[in-house]
Amino acid sequence: MRRARLARDAAILVLLAAACALPFLLSNFRLFQFTQVYIYAIAILGLNMLTGYNGQFSLGHGAFYAVGAYVSAIMMDRWGIPYGWTIPVAGVLCLVVGFLFGLPALRLQGLYLALATFSLALAVPQILKYFEHWTGGSQGLVLSKPSAPFGLPLNSDQWLYFLTLAVLAVLFWAGANLLRGRVGRAIVAIRDNHIAAEAMGINSARYKSLVFGVSAAYTGVAGALSASVIAYVAPDSFNVFLSITLLIGSVIGGLASISGALFGAFFIQFVPNWAQDISKAAPWAIFGVFLIGFMYVMPFGIAGAIRLLWIRVTRARVSPEGRNAVPSQAHTTT
Amino acid sequence: MEIFVQQVVSGLATGGIYASLALALVMIYRATDVVNFAQGEMAMFATYICWSMLDAGLPYWVAFVGTLAIAFVGGVTLQRVIIRPVEQAPILTIVIVTLGLLVIFNSLAGWIWTYVQKPFPSPFPSRPFKASLGLGEGHEIIFGAHELGQIGITLLVLLAVYLFFRFTPLGLAMRAAAHNPVSSRLVGIRVGWMLALGWGLAAVVGAVAGMLVAPILTLEPNLMGGVQLYAFAAATLGGFASPGGAVLGGFIVGVVENLVGTYVSFIGTELKLTVALGMIIVVLLVRPTGLFGSSVVKRV
Amino acid sequence: MSTLLEVQDLEAFYGRTKALHGVSFGMAPGSITTILGANGAGKTTTLRAISRMVRTAGSIRFDGQPLEGRATEDVVRLGIAHAPEGRGTFVHLTVEENLRLGAWGRRRPGSLQEDFDRVFGYFPVLGERRRQMAGTLSGGEQQMLAVARALMLRPRLLLLDEPSLGLAPLVVREIFRILRAINEQSGVTVLLVEQNAALALDLADHVFLLETGRVVMSGPSDVLRRDDAIRRAYLGY
Repeated sequence: MRRARLARDAAILVLLAAACALPFLLSNFRLFQFTQVYIYAIAILGLNMLTGYNGQFSLGHGAFYAVGAYVSAIMMDRWGIPYGWTIPVAGVLCLVVGFLFGLPALRLQGLYLALATFSLALAVPQILKYFEHWTGGSQGLVLSKPSAPFGLPLNSDQWLYFLTLAVLAVLFWAGANLLRGRVGRAIVAIRDNHIAAEAMGINSARYKSLVFGVSAAYTGVAGALSASVIAYVAPDSFNVFLSITLLIGSVIGGLASISGALFGAFFIQFVPNWAQDISKAAPWAIFGVFLIGFMYVMPFGIAGAIRLLWIRVTRARVSPEGRNAVPSQAHTTT
Repeated sequence: MEIFVQQVVSGLATGGIYASLALALVMIYRATDVVNFAQGEMAMFATYICWSMLDAGLPYWVAFVGTLAIAFVGGVTLQRVIIRPVEQAPILTIVIVTLGLLVIFNSLAGWIWTYVQKPFPSPFPSRPFKASLGLGEGHEIIFGAHELGQIGITLLVLLAVYLFFRFTPLGLAMRAAAHNPVSSRLVGIRVGWMLALGWGLAAVVGAVAGMLVAPILTLEPNLMGGVQLYAFAAATLGGFASPGGAVLGGFIVGVVENLVGTYVSFIGTELKLTVALGMIIVVLLVRPTGLFGSSVVKRV
Repeated sequence: MSTLLEVQDLEAFYGRTKALHGVSFGMAPGSITTILGANGAGKTTTLRAISRMVRTAGSIRFDGQPLEGRATEDVVRLGIAHAPEGRGTFVHLTVEENLRLGAWGRRRPGSLQEDFDRVFGYFPVLGERRRQMAGTLSGGEQQMLAVARALMLRPRLLLLDEPSLGLAPLVVREIFRILRAINEQSGVTVLLVEQNAALALDLADHVFLLETGRVVMSGPSDVLRRDDAIRRAYLGY
């Protein structure tokens, strides 16, 4: 157990180091893509918390992403607030909005919550276009790309990459602590058997709404980051496909998983491009084949598959009596 | 008054389409707890197959029935080949698979038949009917023959499905398999094949909806996108666990959509969708299990 | 065939947990055998093994044919009817529909009406409630429905899992009386899992006792019934 944790921590440090080296090795465009991956990863981690760990299905997380993006954009565009401040504000605002949304959501189970969030996602572009005065309507808002502060010798893309990487690292670290500790166990207990959880003294309603809030906050922060990185917000970028894309990323990466958010983000960023490389005529058909194929081979997502592999590899060293132990379903992974 | 009746009839006509697709969604949901997100695209694909047959010179009703047969086989095959391998997987995994199917069908249709809109014929005459409400001259209602035909065929198909499930042994076995697969196996029902049949039937119902709506909306790969959303609204309104509710929900959504679009001024065609969504959310907040759904009591 | 059901070294698994550790027994046609034991002894698992609802190792032969590798639906079509733990009623279907479904796997020809008549003869209350939703029946009636549904198959082997569970003593006595009548009249072989040892011993010809997945005692029921020491040690009375 400790060996696994050490291995994992070492791997994380190595990856972080490698990630820091990238801006000096990649073109600006590639760097931009990786930055986008990190943004998606934060958003997907938010979704994982809610859907994977807490079992509340959300098909509408794009809405929180949009809120975060537009809050940041409006603050920058209208009130000239520096981008750095807009990010935590977006996060806090989405925390509140998410929590408020979580309250009526308590009444909805499974499919019905999915439908309600789906409807929300569908409505977002129209709502954004309606409040033209604030949001700039269909045209959206054009923003300026921030440049590196303190005269650091980095171009915009490199600076934004590091900023996003830093936010990612902090949020992932915070998320890991939350999910691996008491709170994480509580919300998983609620997911698996909320009646039993309540019988053990867990206030299911409070936790569920809180998770909604935190989940929305994460995704909102991602949205706010994207406003600066892309330097443009427009209603049609936040349509229902965004929500579906985030869900796909979540499931493919591994629902109840922290690392899964990163895997999923890589998938949704790069696989559509590969699909296009394979077939110009019907790229989405290829993407669909990828989706189905991944789900066949890894029904618990990439992180789930890695965990199962790890169990199989380490099981060889377990004593014969240990082999009779009932394995837990890969419900939560690291 | 005449406009009102006309809009109601129009609403019933489109409502029938929503009802059909909603029924297909609910049928599969009841049997497998999975919402088949690809239902609309499957219907669209079937409609294109019909178009190809018509293009090759086949008479309408031959192409119609032929398409139904192909849709049935297609639905069964999809369940056996694509869905069965992940049957035991978590629900969201299966949902992603249906999303994959959605994208594949949409993209394939665009690739095979291009994205150019194609006119699709209606089997009904284009001359409208006039009927009077008995309110004297000048008060006549105009019905499109296609609209009436749409309502008629939809009701026929829905009736056939109802009779099948209610009164035939196979229908009973399928209901049993959806309701309690374990006990079904214990009486010798091949549950796997019942699920496949369910998919086949759902595909047929969807194909009917597609072929009826294509003449109005013109055939293109995104034909069923909006329809599917309204079908979700309908199924939610009726309660996803109730086929009858979904059908009724479909008709209600169709009529309300039309009436709101006609009588409420600021809602043009774009915001009609918002009406459907608003309906979904209101129903879900007030009665989460829909008008006809009963809350599921699960033993702890 | 002298044994209708032959089980040899049967092991059964839930995931990787082994629930049966090499159970062996045989059943002659027309006999009634009961499996007794405490909770968790593996009684239900034995029935599930025969119905192929759990993963097994070892051999199960029904009328000479091996059951391993067959799906539940196929085993049913061989003539094995299983009234499961919890009764497995189709609660949203009517009594009559439940019974119709019971006959679904039947290979032998014959009119459904005959079966209805026979089943309503044994359980008149079901006849009275035939158009009622099965979920609205009382516990005892649902148990009768479970047995009746199994009979609709015209089975050669009837597997019954705890028919007395949760039922009032009078109702249980009635059900057991009917079971005896069914066995006498149609010659169906019965394998009965029960916690109510007294009633089970009264009905059955043979008994075996399971303890944590192993057979610890087996023999004719009247022998076990008369042996005080065994009764007190294993059956608690």
